[in-house]
Amino acid sequence: MAHETQGPVDSVTGVTMTGHSWDDIQELNNPLPRWWLRTFYATIIWAVAYFVAYPAWPLVSSYTKGVLGWQSREAVEVDLAALKTQRSGMTAKLAEASLEDIRQNPEVFSFALAQGKAAFGDNCAPCHGAGGGGAKGYPNLNDDDWLWGGSLAQVEQTIRHGARSTSDEGHQGSMPAFGRDGLLQREQISHVADYVRSLSGLPVDKAAKLDEGAKVYAENCAACHGDTGLGNMETGAPNLSDKIWLFGSDKAAIVEGLTNGRGGVMPAWHGRLDDTTIKALTLYVHSLGGGQQQ
Amino acid sequence: MAYAAAAPHKSMTLGEAGSAIAFAALALLSIIIAAKAYTPEYAFHAYLFAAGSVAAVFAIVNRYYERPAELPPLTIDGKPNYNMGPVKFGTIASVFWGIAGFTIGLLIALQLAFPALNFDTAWLSFGRMRPLHTSAVIFAFGGNVLIASSFYVVQRTCRARLVGDLTPWFVVLGYNFFIVIAGTGYLLGITQGKEYAEPEWYADLWLTVVWVAYFLVFLGTIMRRKEQHIYVANWFYIAFILTIAVLHLGNNATIPVSIFSPKSYIVWSGVQDALVQWWYGHNAVGFFLTAGFLAIMYYFIPKRAERPVYSYRLSIIHFWALIFLYIWAGPHHLHYTALPDWAQTLGMTFSIMLWMPSWGGMINGLMTLSGAWDKLRTDPVLRMMVVSVAFYGMSTFEGPLMSVKAVNSLSHYTDWTIGHVHSGALGWVAYISFGALYCLVPWLWNKERLYSMKAVSWHFWISTLGIVLYISSMWVAGILQGLMWRAYTALGFLEYSFIETVEAMHPFYVIRALGGALFVAGSLIMAWNVWKTITAGEDVREQLPQATQPVLVAAE
Amino acid sequence: MSLWSRHKIFETNSIVLVIGVLIVIAIGGLVEIVPLFYLKSTIEKVEGIRPYTPLELAGRNIYVREGCYNCHSQMVRPLRDEVERYGHYSLAAESMYDRPFQWGSKRTGPDLARLGNKYSDDWHRDHLKDPRALVPGSIMPSYPWLEQNELDLTKITQDMKVQATLGVPYTPDMIEKAASDVLTQASADDPNSVDLAKRYPKAQSRTFGGNPRKVTEADALIAYLQMLGTQVDFKLYDNKANVR
Ligand code: HEC
Ligand code: HEC
Ligand code: HEC
Ligand code: HEM
Ligand code: HEM
Ligand SMILES: [Ca+2]
Ligand SMILES: [Ca+2]
Ligand SMILES: [Cu+2]
Repeated sequence: MAHETQGPVDSVTGVTMTGHSWDDIQELNNPLPRWWLRTFYATIIWAVAYFVAYPAWPLVSSYTKGVLGWQSREAVEVDLAALKTQRSGMTAKLAEASLEDIRQNPEVFSFALAQGKAAFGDNCAPCHGAGGGGAKGYPNLNDDDWLWGGSLAQVEQTIRHGARSTSDEGHQGSMPAFGRDGLLQREQISHVADYVRSLSGLPVDKAAKLDEGAKVYAENCAACHGDTGLGNMETGAPNLSDKIWLFGSDKAAIVEGLTNGRGGVMPAWHGRLDDTTIKALTLYVHSLGGGQQQ
Repeated sequence: MAYAAAAPHKSMTLGEAGSAIAFAALALLSIIIAAKAYTPEYAFHAYLFAAGSVAAVFAIVNRYYERPAELPPLTIDGKPNYNMGPVKFGTIASVFWGIAGFTIGLLIALQLAFPALNFDTAWLSFGRMRPLHTSAVIFAFGGNVLIASSFYVVQRTCRARLVGDLTPWFVVLGYNFFIVIAGTGYLLGITQGKEYAEPEWYADLWLTVVWVAYFLVFLGTIMRRKEQHIYVANWFYIAFILTIAVLHLGNNATIPVSIFSPKSYIVWSGVQDALVQWWYGHNAVGFFLTAGFLAIMYYFIPKRAERPVYSYRLSIIHFWALIFLYIWAGPHHLHYTALPDWAQTLGMTFSIMLWMPSWGGMINGLMTLSGAWDKLRTDPVLRMMVVSVAFYGMSTFEGPLMSVKAVNSLSHYTDWTIGHVHSGALGWVAYISFGALYCLVPWLWNKERLYSMKAVSWHFWISTLGIVLYISSMWVAGILQGLMWRAYTALGFLEYSFIETVEAMHPFYVIRALGGALFVAGSLIMAWNVWKTITAGEDVREQLPQATQPVLVAAE
Repeated sequence: MSLWSRHKIFETNSIVLVIGVLIVIAIGGLVEIVPLFYLKSTIEKVEGIRPYTPLELAGRNIYVREGCYNCHSQMVRPLRDEVERYGHYSLAAESMYDRPFQWGSKRTGPDLARLGNKYSDDWHRDHLKDPRALVPGSIMPSYPWLEQNELDLTKITQDMKVQATLGVPYTPDMIEKAASDVLTQASADDPNSVDLAKRYPKAQSRTFGGNPRKVTEADALIAYLQMLGTQVDFKLYDNKANVR
C-alpha cells in the first residue's frame, strides 16, 4: 500500500503526502474511499448484466442480441397492441356502427367524442383553432354554418377527402381569380364588393354604385353563390347574406379575394388517420356546431 | 526606436518573419476570396480575415521594432520569467464573453416566454440566437477561461516560461478571432446546423490551426518543466486539448461547395452523422466542460484553500476511468432514435459506469477542504468554487440517471435536459470559472487582494438564487412537459395536444428568465470588481512575498 | 514496487502521457462508430427513399440556416404516445441523404418528421409569416423575410455536385437539370413536372409559397416541409424483415 515516494505527514489530517510539490500544492496519499470503489464495481457489474440481457456489442456481421430478445421496435408494437386491447370493445363498435347509430348510443358516443377531441388537438386545431373557432380563411366549426354541408355524412366526406386537397374525391373547384385573370375590371370588382357587403346589411359608401354591382353579381357570381347570395353547398360557395365571413367582411378583404381568388385547402385525412379516428372526428366536429340532421 | 536600431545583431526570428509572410499571404488570399465570394455574408468574413491578417502583419513588425534584440530570457535570477500577457488577455476576454453569453441567454429565455422579442428580424430570431448563446458561453467564455488558466497553471506548476514568443499570443488572439467569425456567422445565417459545431468549414479550418498551436505551446511548456512529475491539473489539460482536437476533426469532416462559398456538406450522413455528432457533442461536455474545468479545480482549489489535494491515488484512477468511459457515452443523446439498439445500450451502460469516476473528481475537490472548512465562512471565492464542485457532483449524478433509457424516454426533448445542462453550466462551469478569475486577477496584476470581497459575496448570493430559480423551474417544466406528452385519458387517448404543453411552459419560462437576469446581474458585479481591482486595487508590497498569493516575476 | 508507482511513467514523460490519452480515448469511439458503417442492419431496407429535389434541398438549407432544429425534432421515437401523436416511428433509412442529420435534441415545437401533406401550403405560408395568427399560443418566431427573399438558384448545381461526390445518387442528368427543375417544381402546371417526378418519385410541383411571379425562400422551405415523411409507404413496411 505504501507509496514509493513516502513523503512528509500532513499536520492537519495526519495523512502522509506523496512528497511532490508544484507551486506549493501538495498531495495527500489517501486511499480510494471504500464506498466509492464498491459503488464503482457495482455499476460495472450492473453494466455487464445489462450486456447479457440486451442488445449490446457489435460483432463482425451482426451484434449480440441479448438473452431477453428485447427490441425497441417490437416493444412499441406490444404497447400499441395493449392500447388497442384497452379500447377494443369500443373501437370495434365505433368501427362497425353507422355514424347515426353511434350518436344514439351514449356509451359509444362519448367514447367517440373523447377520441375525436384527442385527434382534433394535434391535427385540426392548427387551422380551425383549439376550440374549433376557426381563423381567417379557416372556417369556424362551432357555428353550424357549413360550406360543404353539416350532416354527419357531409362532414365525414369533408374530413376524409378534404377540399381542394390532393385527393381526387375531395371537394373541388374554387372561386376564379376575377381580377388576376382579367375576368373583371378593377371598378367592377369594387362595385360588386360593395354590393356583396350590402347583401348582408353591412354599411357601404354613399358613392357606391350598387346597381352596377348587382349587375356584375348576377352575371358572374349568382351561379355559385345563388341569386340572393345564400350560397351553395355543392360548390362550397359561402353564404354571402349572413354575418359569418370566412375571409373577413371589410371591403379590402373581399376585393383581395375577388382579385386573386382564394381556394383554401382542407387536407384529406384519409390515409393519415385511420377510419375509426375519422369517424370519431366526424362525430366530434358535428357535435361542436350543434350538427345538422340529415 | 533609436534604442532598437542601435542594439547589436538584432534580427527577426524565423517565427516572426515566417508568420508575417504567412499572414500577408492569408490577407491576399482573403481579398481574392472576398472579391469572388458567392454571398455578401461570406465576403464580409473574408474581409474580416483580410483585416485581421493585415493587423497581424503590422503587429508583428511593430513588435519587432519595439522589442530589444534579445528575446525575453527564460529565467531571471534563477526564477522563471513567466509570460503572463496572453493570460491577462484571456482573463479579460472571458469576463467580456461571459457577460455577452449570459445576456444572450437571457434574451433567448425571454423570447421563449414572450415571442414578440424575436422582433421579426432574421438575425435576432431564436434559431440564430440560441447557437450564439451556446457558443458564446461554452467556447468564448469557457474557452478563454480554459486557455488563460491553462497558460497560467502550466507555467506555475512546471516552473517554466511558456514556449514560444509569438505563438502564445497567436493562440489567444487567433482563438478570439475564431469566436468573432463563428458568432457573426450565426447572426448572418452561416451555420453547419450541428449543435455545438455550428461554425462553417473555414472557421473550423482556422480553429484547427489555432488549436494545434495551443497544443504545441502547452506540451512544449510541459517538456520544459523544472519539476520531475507532471501535476494532475496538467493531465486534465492535456486530455482536454488532445481530445477536443480529435473530436473537432471527426465532426467537422466537411467538403465545401467551393472555396468561394461558406456552405459545406458533411461527409457523414443520417444515422452515422448522428452518432459522430453526439460522440462529439457528449465529449465536448466531457473534455471541454469537464476535463478542462477539473484541471482548473485541481489547481485553484488547493491553492486557494492552502491544503494538499485529497488523494493522489484517486486522481490517477478517476482520471483514466473518466477519459476512457466518457467517450462511450455519446449514444445517450440518441436513446430511442433510429440509432441501433445495441449502440444505445452501450451509451446507457457506460454512462452509469461514468458516475463514480465523475464523483472521484468531486471527492478530490471537496475533500481537499478537509482541515480548512472554516475558510468557507470567510472566503466567498473559495465558497464559489466549493459550491461549483457540489454542482458538478449533482449534474454528474443527474446525467447517469437521465441516461437510463426509461428515464430518458421521459426527459429527452424536454426542458429537463435544459435544467441538467444549466446545473452543469451555471453551477459547475461558470462558478469554477468565476472562482478562477477572482483568483487570477489579483495575481496577474500584482494586487494585494480583490477590490471588494463584499462584492464577491453579493455576486455569489445573487447568482446562486438565479441558478436555483433556473434549474428548479426547468426541472418542473421538463418533467411536466414529458408527463403531458405521454398522458393518456382513462379511455386511452392522448390527453393533451402539443400546443397545450407549450402553453403550460409559460410560467416556468418566466421564472427561468428571472433566474437568468439574476445571473447576469451577478456577472456584472464581477466585471465591476475585476475592473476596480485592476485599476484601483492596492499593489502587492514589494518586499513581502506572500506564501499564498504568488508574486509575479516580470509579468508582461 | 507498488502498482501505484508504475503510474510514474505517465507523470514523468509527457509523450507517454499524450500517447496514453490518445489510445484510451480512441477505443470507445471506434467500437461504436465503425460498425455503423459496415453492419447491414444499421440502415433498414425500405422502398421509396430518394435524394432531395433541388428545390427541397435548397429548402432544407434554409431550414438549417434559420436554426429550426433548435426547436423541432425530426425523429419520432418508437414510443406509444409519439407514434400516436406523430405517426410511424422514424427509420434510419429516412435520413440517409441528410447532411447534416436534423434529428434535433429539443422539442420546443412539435416533431416534424411526418409533417409532409399534413397542412396546406397556404397554412405554412401564413404560419411562417406569423405563427400566432393561426396558433395563438405559439412561441415560434415569425419568418416574414422568407417570402420576400428570392431563392438563389445560381449555385444549386454545385451543391448537388458536392453531394454526388459524397455518394448521394444524383445522376449527371439530375445535376444538369437542377436549375430548371427548381423552376418546374415551384410552379403549378409546368409540363416538365411529369419528367421531374420521374427523376424524383412523388415530387410535388406547385407554387408552394403562393407567389407565382418569383421563386422565394418560402417556396423552397415549404416544398421541403411538405416532403417530410412522405417517401416511405408504411403500409408496405415490414418491421420483422428489418430486425435490428
Ligand atoms: C391546413 C389547414 C387545415 C387543417 C389542418 C384542417 N382543416 Fe378543416 N378546413 C380547412 C379549410 C381551409 C376549410 C375550408 C375549405 C373551403 O374553403 O372550402 C376546412 C373545412 C373543414 C370542414 C368543412 C367546414 C364547412 O363549413 O363545411 C370541416 C368539417 C373540417 N374542415 C374539419 C376538419 C377536421 C376534423 C380536421 C382535422 C382532422 C381539419 N379540418 C383540419 C383547413 C384545414
Ligand atoms: C365557381 C364558383 C364561384 C363563383 C363564380 C364565385 N364564387 Fe365567391 N366563392 C366561391 C367559393 C368556393 C368560395 C369559398 C372560398 C374559397 O375559395 O376557399 C367563395 C368565397 C367568396 C367570398 C368570401 C366569403 C367569406 O365568407 O369570406 C366572397 C366575398 C365571394 N366569394 C364573392 C363572390 C363574388 C362577388 C363573385 C362574383 C364576382 C363570386 N364570389 C363568384 C365560389 C365562387
Ligand atoms: C422558438 C422555437 C421555434 C423555432 C425556432 C421554430 N419553431 Fe416551428 N414551432 C414552434 C412551436 C412552439 C410550434 C407549435 C405551435 C405552432 O404550431 O406554431 C411550432 C410549430 C411548427 C410547425 C407546425 C407543426 C405541426 O405539426 O403542427 C411547423 C411546420 C414549424 N413549426 C416549422 C418551423 C420551421 C420551418 C422553422 C424554422 C424556419 C421553425 N418552425 C422554427 C417553435 C419553433
Ligand atoms: C444567464 C445565464 C443563462 C441563461 C438565461 C441561459 C438560457 C438558456 C436558454 C433559454 C437556452 C435554450 C433552451 C431551450 O432551447 O429551450 C439555453 C441553452 C443552452 N445554454 Fe444557457 N443560459 C445561461 C447560461 C449558460 C451558461 C453559463 C452555459 C455554459 C457554460 C450555458 C449553456 C447552454 C447550453 C449548452 C444550451 C443548449 C442546451 C441544449 O441544447 O440542450 N448557458 N440557455
Ligand atoms: C456523468 C456525467 C454526465 C452524464 C452521464 C450526462 C448525461 C446526459 C444526458 C443523458 C443528457 C440528455 C441527452 C438527451 O436526452 O438529449 C445530457 C445532456 C447534456 N448534458 Fe450531461 N451528463 C453528464 C454531465 C454533464 C456535465 C458535467 C455537463 C456540464 C455542463 C453536462 C452538459 C450537458 C449538455 C450541454 C447537454 C445537452 C446536450 C444537447 O442535447 O444539446 N452534462 N447529459
Ligand atoms: Ca358566410
Ligand atoms: Ca440540444
Ligand atoms: Cu452526454
